[in-house]
Amino acid sequence: MELLEYAIIGGILYGIYFSLIGIGLNLIFGVMRIINLAHGQFIVLGGYAAWVVSRHFGFNPLWGVPLTIVAAVIIGYPLYYAVVPRLQRSQDPEMLSFILFFGIGQMLEALTLLGFGADQRSLPSEALGSGNIGVFGQAFPDSWWWAAGFSIAAIVALWLYFTRTRLGYATRAIMANRDEALATGISVNKVSALAFVAGLALAGIAGVFLPYLLGSVSPDQGSELTTTSFAIVIIGSLGNPLGTVIGGLVFGLGTMLMQTYYSSWSNLVPYVLLLVIVLIRPTGLLGKAVRSV
Amino acid sequence: MSELSLVQRWRPGLIVLVLLIAVFLLLPHVYGNESLLFTLMTFIVLAQGLNLLYGFTGYLPFGYVGFFGCGAYATSLLVLHSGLPVLLCVVGGGLAAVVMGLILGPLLRLSGAYFSIASLAASQILYFVVSNTNLADITGGPYGLKIEQVYAPTASYNTMLGVLVLATALAAWFRRSAFGMGLRAMKQDPVSAAMAGINIVRARLITWLISAGVAGLAGGVYAWNLSVFYPEAVFTLQISVFAIVFSLFGGVGTVIGPIIGASVLYSLYSAIGISTPQYFQLIYGLLIVLLVLFMPGGVLSLFARRGVRVF
Repeated sequence: MELLEYAIIGGILYGIYFSLIGIGLNLIFGVMRIINLAHGQFIVLGGYAAWVVSRHFGFNPLWGVPLTIVAAVIIGYPLYYAVVPRLQRSQDPEMLSFILFFGIGQMLEALTLLGFGADQRSLPSEALGSGNIGVFGQAFPDSWWWAAGFSIAAIVALWLYFTRTRLGYATRAIMANRDEALATGISVNKVSALAFVAGLALAGIAGVFLPYLLGSVSPDQGSELTTTSFAIVIIGSLGNPLGTVIGGLVFGLGTMLMQTYYSSWSNLVPYVLLLVIVLIRPTGLLGKAVRSV
Repeated sequence: MSELSLVQRWRPGLIVLVLLIAVFLLLPHVYGNESLLFTLMTFIVLAQGLNLLYGFTGYLPFGYVGFFGCGAYATSLLVLHSGLPVLLCVVGGGLAAVVMGLILGPLLRLSGAYFSIASLAASQILYFVVSNTNLADITGGPYGLKIEQVYAPTASYNTMLGVLVLATALAAWFRRSAFGMGLRAMKQDPVSAAMAGINIVRARLITWLISAGVAGLAGGVYAWNLSVFYPEAVFTLQISVFAIVFSLFGGVGTVIGPIIGASVLYSLYSAIGISTPQYFQLIYGLLIVLLVLFMPGGVLSLFARRGVRVF
């Protein structure tokens, strides 16, 4: 029973964090129908932001969060205006964006390698508190609680944005029907650009906790993180960012239960979940049961 | 196309095949690094195999390497346990990939990015299963397989040339046959193609299986040529990525596009990529971005735009 409790509580914490990992990918897809295949590389950059502020400047690694938000604005806006409008004029933006952002991901990975080297970088656990917090007799390191807490804060902020602000309404209108949103006078391009930057920022923020949750950060983690994010997003529902929370929880619990009981097969979890969901219900657990031929 | 005579229709394909055979039989006498030429042929085959699927149906398999690894492992296991001649084992590797294609056939119900990412997941599952320590008795787990007893660099080189000829001939057939034209009609407008009496589901499945078989054969010959390999070597995503970038660069949906793409970019890779892979990665990442934004038809589209008939 103790093992099971550990797996379930750990799975929920881990799952909440992983919904943050996926949510930016889904936001960008929902608003722009663009698949950011460089998502994992942006997460990795967030990990390096935490490492740089902590190792080079001696700050608390949480300062990586504002740093990645600034970086997302600086990288995101020019990138948006350089590629996204052009992609959306093409015949098949989804597929083309897929290939294009794959290329961007490769460039980012190469630049990360050139900038930081191929070594794995880890951070001392003390920076986020060296203790454990227990629930129901099960103890988890402070860093896990920080990651889950920050994820909840980010998700709640996104929810408030969607439900309480004019820009949030506009964003949801674009997600529901781009053409009608344009017709009602919403400046689709500006709102999309903001969503694009927010998507990158959410990836970066998730990355700040990467050295803690996965033990270290290294340039080659990107594509695996992208695939995992995809799995989580598709389990929830592609195009519905808040559905990602469900995907994250399913993924977190699945991974933790496998690690507890069949640890040598646990690396299969995201891929098997992805395949099963995609074949049975391509629109995700929350999606409408429609499928194009 | 119907006004072309039989000779006119198949001549370009024959010329390409003869040129390929001549070049790859002569090059080892001029250029000493035969293993580099072997790898180049492997990548032309993979780029061509991916082209058969993506270029003619629009389905882009990110997990294409799964078939390659499947062929490598099936071939090696046959060598180790069946006692058959190595060439038959390679054929068995190709068949194993076709069977894997059949098992994964339901993926074709998906479209666009869903299909790409699901095929990637499938190849990752294969990789994690094959490299799992629990299966070390069968697959060698993370330690890989050794088939040194059949090591034969020249014979495997010639066999890969044979596979290259096969893959190119298939592309030429796709380009000129009624089957290939049906595929292209489907890609442009599936609804009209279905109304014109093309069995879309069957045509797609056949193309998928052919594409899988080509990768499986390449994987089998590759394993034979290496004779000692780790799961990572035949399942690394890099192989899928190369196949995609090489065929995109040349131009998909053509016969010579993937050959040109693989030859140019693999030469570039062997010149700068092996010593400093991060610079090559940066360059080909940039190449993909530029291709998608400015030249989605690949370099061959430059000629096509000037009225040159591209084969």
